[in-house]
Amino acid sequence: MSSILEVRDVSVNFGGIVALDGVSFDVPRGGILGLIGPNGAGKTTLFNCLSRLYVPSSGDILFDGKSILSTSPYRMARLGIGRTFQNLALFSRLTVLDNVKVGAHCSSHTDFLSNALRLPWVKRDERRMEDKAWALLEYLELTDVAHLPTAGLPFGTQKRVELARALAADPKLLLLDEPAGGLNHEEVEELGKLFRKIRDDRQLTVLLVEHHMSLVMAISEQVVVLNFGRKIAEGTPAQVRADPEVVHAYLGTKH
Amino acid sequence: MDAQLGAKVREIAALASGAKLSRLQWIGIAVAIAVGLIVPLLVSDYRTFQFTLVLVYAMAVLGLNILTGFNGQFSLGHSAFFAIGAYTAAIMMDHWEIAYYWTLPAAGVVCLIAGFLFGLPALRLEGLYLALATFALSIATPPLLKYDHLSEWTGGVQGVVITKPDAPFGLQISQDNWLYYFTFVVLLVLYFCAWNLLRGRTGRALKAIRDNPIAAQAMGINTALYKSLTFGVSALYTGVAGALGAIAIQFVAPDSFTFFLSVAILVGMVIGGIGSIPGSIFGGIVIVFVPNVAEQISKAAPWAVYGTLLILCMYFMPLGIWGFIRMGYARLTRRRKAD
Repeated sequence: MSSILEVRDVSVNFGGIVALDGVSFDVPRGGILGLIGPNGAGKTTLFNCLSRLYVPSSGDILFDGKSILSTSPYRMARLGIGRTFQNLALFSRLTVLDNVKVGAHCSSHTDFLSNALRLPWVKRDERRMEDKAWALLEYLELTDVAHLPTAGLPFGTQKRVELARALAADPKLLLLDEPAGGLNHEEVEELGKLFRKIRDDRQLTVLLVEHHMSLVMAISEQVVVLNFGRKIAEGTPAQVRADPEVVHAYLGTKH
Repeated sequence: MDAQLGAKVREIAALASGAKLSRLQWIGIAVAIAVGLIVPLLVSDYRTFQFTLVLVYAMAVLGLNILTGFNGQFSLGHSAFFAIGAYTAAIMMDHWEIAYYWTLPAAGVVCLIAGFLFGLPALRLEGLYLALATFALSIATPPLLKYDHLSEWTGGVQGVVITKPDAPFGLQISQDNWLYYFTFVVLLVLYFCAWNLLRGRTGRALKAIRDNPIAAQAMGINTALYKSLTFGVSALYTGVAGALGAIAIQFVAPDSFTFFLSVAILVGMVIGGIGSIPGSIFGGIVIVFVPNVAEQISKAAPWAVYGTLLILCMYFMPLGIWGFIRMGYARLTRRRKAD
């Protein structure tokens, strides 16, 4: 299986502090890869490199074989990289439906003038996005709240809205930043099942950055472990769980 | 989900997001247009002139609302765009004797470019800093218009006098009435375009940037381009308003476009309703008539009355006039359902 994403020797320095130190790994196409590590391991830093919010000091990141380091952040969605946010980043005053439609923004090219005049192709485009958004809302069981602004919705519902919004762009690679945060045990289990279902139904690749071991171990096919900015282990969940260095990183310094 | 229920759910969601209008909203628009058409027939020419100014400021307020209410960018500099539009019209009519209706697209394009160019450096500024930068723009405008080397065009301190256009096609209506109807049609077209712009893909992108710029970028929105273009469109609306204002008042002078005009447009937007298209009409009414009312209440201290009125408005209508109407309507229908 070829790799959809290749992280090559990526380092990030913040004024003398090394947040990432020569991290390399591949994300196999169609798989679910879990990126774990204790607090401060560099997971979020790496995630921000992937979504082009940070620029690595050295190394390269290849998506579909091409470097993304000179791609503008807003072009990532069009390339096929979608993401969710750690602390939810919904458009709070827009309705659930509109949030999902914004997710489909990159699937279209209409400009200000044709929108202001609502030319025929804009109308057609709107209808297409509308249908797409409703299909996703049904898929994630959000039709009942479609007309509500996202601000007042329960946390778990907001997470599903974020997921629907990310899927609206038809990403090839879905980056999930700590999706289990703030959810209880049962909700985490549900979410894990949902991720698997989405991957199977839509044939995309999932990169899951997570602080909770249980979710990652349950759904990932491949796990990469970071600690203090370095990769300390890589392999199947079973291999990683048995790795003495991982045990030390998690159990030796925490709990 | 069965098809009928599905269609109903879709309808509700479309209404909630403003992509479609309810029957009540269509009736409201029809009534507003009818009232707008009848008004000049009922009042004096001077009042008609005042209502023309209401339409002009409603256009400027909508311009600011697109920028601030829908895109989250702050501006205290809209007097500058209003001035650019006004002077574009005045210079074209005075120097080149071009017909007044051609000045509107010209003013719009000039302001679109000016707004876009100003929007580019403004990208680096957020919130209060953007307020300061736009404040600088409006403070700098009157002295620039008075500048000696430009006075051949701008008329310096004296400004430019322009003649009011007559009604065309031998229509037997006064100049004031004609200009009112002309402005009214321009307003309808611009409001319709704004509604289209804001209910589709572009509008959702603008609102997404307002609510969460980082997420908007992650969804593939070119935030820098959209913000600059929004500045341009906002300036376009305000510039066309400026041009129509100049034609209606028949005169432009530097001191008509001070910082106070920017604040007046801002006040109109806040009291009319931030992020609301119909609210912008009320904004125009507020700008023209509240100072008048204040002066009728107290000739000695009209601005003290004005200030008091503003505070009362904010206290009793924190969401602006349009928010107040909407809440009142929601309360009424809820009570009817409860009965």
